[in-house]
Amino acid sequence: MTPLVELDNVVAGYGGAPILNGINIEIHASDIGVIIGPNGAGKSTALKSIFGLLQVTGGAIRFDGEDITNRLPDALVPLGLSFVPQERNVFTSMTVHENLEMGGFIRDDDLSGTLSEIYDMFPDLKAKRHQNAGELSGGQRQMVAMGRALMSRPKLLLLDEPSAGLSPRYMMEIFEQVVRINKTGVGILMVEQNARQALGFASKGFVLASGQNRFTGTGQELLDDPEVAKSFLGG
Amino acid sequence: MNELIFFFNNVVVSGLVLGSIYALGAIGVTLVFGILRFAHFAHGDMMTMGGFVAFLLASLFAAWGLTLPVPLGFAVLPLTFVITAALALGIDKGFYAPLRARGAKPVTLLIASIGVTLIIQGMIRLFFGTGTYNFFEGAPKELYRIEVPLEEATRTINFSQPQVLLLLVTVVTVVALHLFLTRARLGKAMRAMADNADLAQVSGINTALVVRVTWIIAGGLAALAGTMLALDVTLKPDLAFNILLPIFAAAIVGGLGQAYGAIAGGFLIGFAETAAIFNWSILLRPFRDALPEFIEIPNNLALVPTEYKLTVAFIILVITLLARPTGIFKGAST
Repeated sequence: MTPLVELDNVVAGYGGAPILNGINIEIHASDIGVIIGPNGAGKSTALKSIFGLLQVTGGAIRFDGEDITNRLPDALVPLGLSFVPQERNVFTSMTVHENLEMGGFIRDDDLSGTLSEIYDMFPDLKAKRHQNAGELSGGQRQMVAMGRALMSRPKLLLLDEPSAGLSPRYMMEIFEQVVRINKTGVGILMVEQNARQALGFASKGFVLASGQNRFTGTGQELLDDPEVAKSFLGG
Repeated sequence: MNELIFFFNNVVVSGLVLGSIYALGAIGVTLVFGILRFAHFAHGDMMTMGGFVAFLLASLFAAWGLTLPVPLGFAVLPLTFVITAALALGIDKGFYAPLRARGAKPVTLLIASIGVTLIIQGMIRLFFGTGTYNFFEGAPKELYRIEVPLEEATRTINFSQPQVLLLLVTVVTVVALHLFLTRARLGKAMRAMADNADLAQVSGINTALVVRVTWIIAGGLAALAGTMLALDVTLKPDLAFNILLPIFAAAIVGGLGQAYGAIAGGFLIGFAETAAIFNWSILLRPFRDALPEFIEIPNNLALVPTEYKLTVAFIILVITLLARPTGIFKGAST
C-alpha cells in the first residue's frame, strides 16, 4: 500500500548549510506520526519541507505516490495537505468564523457542513465565533488554528508543536482531538515537545537529531527503548 | 447668521470635499501597503492618470455630440475605473511584480514607485503638455443653493454639482468597500493576507489573485478620486501629486493597512486643513459691539496662512505618531 506521505532521504535548509541531512519518514492515512528530538534537530524543518516552505535540495517527497518536492502551499492544499504553524497561526484581526472560512478558501462548495463539524469538535469556538481570534486564549487559538486547517478537508494534517505554551488541560484536549481527527481517516504528522504524552498515542515515532533519523518505531517501542528514554525523554 | 453660513460653506462643505478626496486616495495607499508592504509613492499620479483617462473619454463622447444632465466626466466614471484599474495592473506587472519575484525589500519597491511617479508625470506632460484642462469648457458648473429658513440669513449654503456628485461617489464607494471586505470571499482573503501573509499562503489562499484585486481596487479608487478632484477644480499634470503627502498622512494617521482608518484619517485631515485656514475672526465679528473697546478683533485669525495648508497634515501626523504610533485603528507600526 502506498504511504500517504513519504520523505525519501530528504536534504533541506534555508539556503545555507542544510538542516535536514537525509531523513526518512513514512506515514499512512491511519497513522499518527510524532517527531521528537532536541532543539535544532530539524523537527519543524521536516514539516516545513513537506509543505513547500523551504528549499528541498536532495531526496524526494511523495504524497499518495505523487512527487510533491518543492511544490508551493497553494498547490498542496488542494491535494489534501494542511499545515498548522507553531506561531502566528490565526488571523488575529478576523473573527473565529472568518478564520475558519479562510481555511476553506480553496473550496467552491458549501462550507456549512464542515463548519458545524468543527464547532461540534470545539464547542468553545462556537460560543466565540463572532469574536476576533486575537482576543482568545492560547488554547482557544490553537483550536481555531486546527479548525482552520481542517476546513480544507485534508487527508494529511501537519501540526507543529500544537501543545506549545498550553496548560495541561488544553494540551490533553488538543491531543484528544488529534486522536479523534485521525479516527476519521486523516493522517497526522506532528512535532511535539511533550514527547512522553505524544508517544503514548502515536502509532509511529521518529527521533531526529542533527537532521538525521536516530530511532524509528511505534510510539510504545520508543517509550520502552532505554536509550531513547535516557537521551530524549529525560530519563 | 450669515457668518455661520459662511463658516459652513468654507469649513464643513470644503472639509467634506477635501476629506472625500483624501479618503479615496488613502484607501488605495493603505490597501497596497497592507497587501504588498510598501508605500506606493506613485499613488497620487495614478489619481492624476485617472483624471486624464476620464478627460479623454469625456472629450471623445462630447465630440460625438453626447449631452447628459450630469457632467460627462462623471458619466464616464465606470469606464474610467476599469481603464485605470487595467493600467494599475499593467504597472504592477511591468515594474513591481518582477522586483517581488526577486525578493526585493519594501524600500526597493518604494524607490521603484518614485520612478513610476516620474514616468506617469512625464507621459502626461508628453501627451497633454503642462497646461490645465477644464471639464466644463464654456458651460459653467451648476450650483445648488440651499436657502436657510431664517430671517437674518441672506447667504445660502452652496454646493457645486461636482461636489455633490463627489460626496455621492464617496458614500457609495465606502459602503461597497465595506460590503466587499466583510462579505465577499476575496474581500476576506484580502483582510487575511494583510493580517498574516504567511498564514494566508499556508491556508491555500491564492495570494497572486489577492494582489491583482488589490491593484484593481486601488487603481479604480484612484481614478474616481482623480476625476472627481479634476471636476471640482481643474485638471493638470501635477493635480494629485500635490496632495500626495496629506493622503499618506491620512493613511498613516488612520493606521496603515486599515481601510476604515484611511477613511477616518482622510476626513480628519480634510476638516483640520479647512478649519486651520479659516479666518475665525469672521465668526467673532457679530460680537464686536459687545466687546470692551480695548479688545480689537484682528482682521485675520486663521491658524495658518492658506499657502501653509500642507503643514496641518504633518502636525496631525506628528502628534499621532507620538501619541499612538500605530494610528487610530491600530495598523502596522511605522
